[in-house]
Amino acid sequence: MTPRQIIGKIGLWLSVLVIVSPAILFFLWMLSLSLKFEVDNAAYPPVFFPDRIAWKNYADVLASNRFLTYFINSLIVTGSATVLALMVGVPAGYGIARMAAHKSAIVILIARITPGLSYLIPLFLLFQWLGLLGTLVPQIIIHLVVTVPIVIWIMIGYFETTPMELEEAALIDGAGRWQVFRHVALPIARPGIAVAFILAVIFSWNNFVFGIVLAGRETRTLPVAVYNMISFDQLSWGPLAAAALIVTFPVLLLTVLAQRQIVAGLTAGAVKGG
Amino acid sequence: MSALIQSTPAAASTEAAPEKELRPPSYWPFVVPALVVVLAIIIFPWVFTIWMSLNEWKVGSPTTFVGFSNYLRLTSDPRFLEAVGHTLVYTVLSVVLPLILGTLSAVVFHQNFAGRGFLRGVFIMPMMATPVAIALVWTMMFHPQLGVLNYLLSLVGIPAQLWVFHPATVIPSLVLVETWQWTPLVMLIVLGGLAAIPTEPYESAQIDGASFWQVFRFITLPLIMPFLFIAGMIRMIDAVKSFDIIFAITQGGPGSASETINIYLYSVAFTYYDLGYGSAIAVVFFLLIVLLAAVMLYARQRMLWTEIASGA
Repeated sequence: MTPRQIIGKIGLWLSVLVIVSPAILFFLWMLSLSLKFEVDNAAYPPVFFPDRIAWKNYADVLASNRFLTYFINSLIVTGSATVLALMVGVPAGYGIARMAAHKSAIVILIARITPGLSYLIPLFLLFQWLGLLGTLVPQIIIHLVVTVPIVIWIMIGYFETTPMELEEAALIDGAGRWQVFRHVALPIARPGIAVAFILAVIFSWNNFVFGIVLAGRETRTLPVAVYNMISFDQLSWGPLAAAALIVTFPVLLLTVLAQRQIVAGLTAGAVKGG
Repeated sequence: MSALIQSTPAAASTEAAPEKELRPPSYWPFVVPALVVVLAIIIFPWVFTIWMSLNEWKVGSPTTFVGFSNYLRLTSDPRFLEAVGHTLVYTVLSVVLPLILGTLSAVVFHQNFAGRGFLRGVFIMPMMATPVAIALVWTMMFHPQLGVLNYLLSLVGIPAQLWVFHPATVIPSLVLVETWQWTPLVMLIVLGGLAAIPTEPYESAQIDGASFWQVFRFITLPLIMPFLFIAGMIRMIDAVKSFDIIFAITQGGPGSASETINIYLYSVAFTYYDLGYGSAIAVVFFLLIVLLAAVMLYARQRMLWTEIASGA
């Protein structure tokens, strides 16, 4: 290596360090806050590496039985909204791609532009009339506003790139449309479905604005529960940071593990709901 | 001539006939379930919002049709007009800063280095993480006495700031969070653009002895312009609608210093339960986003024309 190449290498690594550090330092600080006792969290200058580690912050959060309820609520809402979206969205993406009905995608683009709150006002009234408030059903339904467009959008893009030859061959052999979809198109589209699934899960899990209006005391999802913790005990940072980290940990793990799929999905559609 | 016209439909139908056998029923059944869902949860709210905006509609009292008076009320509502101003400032900053930082990061991530995939995963963590959870940690970091940000400033000799607790600094502080969160999305889009650039212009530039900056300014930047435009458009749409971060950190405060249209819309609809007026705000808000998108498209078109005119 010439000196010039070495300088170039060092420069590259320095720039990598500079651009990655805001993310790394932030999450390390979050971890540090969540593992410190109040004395250390209230210290100035701040303590980065505590002498004693406050595992109890996590124990406290997990032990409160409400937190478990909210965790299960989040699982139910995100799980249902994602599965339902895949059930209607994957066939729809297939149909739209095969009919080349690209104009119908405009609806999804407009849905992407529309502020989330403007869905909430009419649907809130609708749920009230139907007497559904107080259950998880309204949140599952309104999370479809987030998940369905993501799934349809990604699946249109994916089915457009999958080859038609196999499907045509199956049709000539006398298979029905449904059989072709079920046994030929769907297996090929598995990577696309994975992308749609991951993004739908993440954006539904993270959603806050729908829950804050529709959730009651028993039906909160995790983001809403964490927000409510802020207003209650502003000063105990340790347990708060621990709760925040628990809420977002599944998403962070998924991001690092499935970064390839996430990058593919986001650059294809860059669809985010709400 | 008339024979030609007459023969055309017949020819077309005989040509289409064998193809029809190959094209059994249609793909409509695949789309119908999604269509029902989209009608119920997306189209119905749009239509109903417009209808509600024409009514005096408060929770718990009878509704009356009032025509456009909700819209007229907007024009003389100082809190709404102020919110429009906040939204515009917040949006411009939250588009420009991520665009600049995201492009620079993309140039770095376009290089080859060990652990690139993993580090890219780490780099995009801020935009995938739960916004409320992040907002909570930023709130602690902004704390004037105990926050780590003021400590970091003190290390380089800058006096302590009030961050989100002062009307003058609250919007820039929130933009800092927004930029931290969404620079990765710009980076990903631009990185996709960089991957699509052919290598020839770079080779000839190297032969001509162009500097790094010249290469970036005259080769890379024009070629990634379409991607920057898309990134800017997406960023604009998200920044205008930004809710979670602002709501969780300041709720529009202190006072109403960081109250954007979306935050004001929330209070009108779900704190005061003035749903008719809230719907009018939602409609105007949507139109504003469409208007901003149209302005950006127009600016882009103008830029393309001047480029062609100047022979670039």
